[in-house]
Amino acid sequence: MIIAEKKPIEEIIEEIKDFQRILILGCNECVTVCEAGGKKEVEILASALRMYFINKGNEKKIDEKTLERQCDHEYLEEIRENIDDYDAIVSLACGVGVQFAAEKYLTTPLVPGVNTVCLGANEDRGLWTERCQACGSCVLAKTGGICPVSRCAKRVLNGPCGGSTNGKCELGKDVDCAWQLIIDRLRALGKLDDYEKVAPIKDWSTDRAGGPRTVTREDVKI
Amino acid sequence: MRLKCPTDFRIIRLPCTGKVDIIHILRSFEKGADGVFVVGCMEGDCHFDQGNFRARKKVEQAAKILDQIGVGGERVRMYNLSAGEGPLFAEYAIEMDKLIRELGPSPLKIAKNKKANAA
Repeated sequence: MIIAEKKPIEEIIEEIKDFQRILILGCNECVTVCEAGGKKEVEILASALRMYFINKGNEKKIDEKTLERQCDHEYLEEIRENIDDYDAIVSLACGVGVQFAAEKYLTTPLVPGVNTVCLGANEDRGLWTERCQACGSCVLAKTGGICPVSRCAKRVLNGPCGGSTNGKCELGKDVDCAWQLIIDRLRALGKLDDYEKVAPIKDWSTDRAGGPRTVTREDVKI
Repeated sequence: MRLKCPTDFRIIRLPCTGKVDIIHILRSFEKGADGVFVVGCMEGDCHFDQGNFRARKKVEQAAKILDQIGVGGERVRMYNLSAGEGPLFAEYAIEMDKLIRELGPSPLKIAKNKKANAA
């Protein structure tokens, strides 16, 4: 899922201080699971902001709403009726949701309430780690299910590099060497021979290098 | 056990302090509370294993937010005691009451009164 992190409340205050009627808009998907922008976080942020502005002697109307998703037309349409009641929206969705809402409601300023970090997994309570960089051409079948694009700092496709020591990356002791993980997994799978196969030069045109990406599916279009 | 206890606080009963969320604490302040204290079981004695540890974390997070918005994180506290320690509950209530009286009314109340008087 998409991993996001709450922005410091001071930063949000700075962005919205000139608006009087504000909607805090959450998203029920990824940001809810990573506890950054779901219904709970919307309630907490709205309550904190209301109290902050009352305290400053500048009471504002701050409402709360959480949509099923902010990256789909049908759910974003739910706020169209009330959109003119607000001078600004603080969206706690990932960057996708914020932009999609901004495209839909041209005259309402959108303020992001979270920093979108990566595509990752919930490794432990309170720990999310990157697993995918959406490079557009998956090599996991050849690398024992461990991604050298997202988990190797150098994105080395025939690794490890010389910076790998005792299974750790030269970036730091806490960073696993992705290629060590790949070799260990290939060994566990009994497919260590695959390691000998040299990976060809990767087609990076499906990555960000090819500009913004789109997926067009004629089979699902109506 | 007829213990003397301050009368100016409201007890909200929960099945476990693990149910406490940051929003419950913030809403209390929004609704006019001057302070909030959460009383959980002894650490390590939670029937649900980690409920009181969760509560402590939530209290810490709520305190941080209250500091950031100028209400004051010192107005929220977490206490631990066993269910049989009635006198200690009364003691904690007295301690909290004293602390809040020293701190005075919540800045929110002061700001609201100021606005009402100006109008």
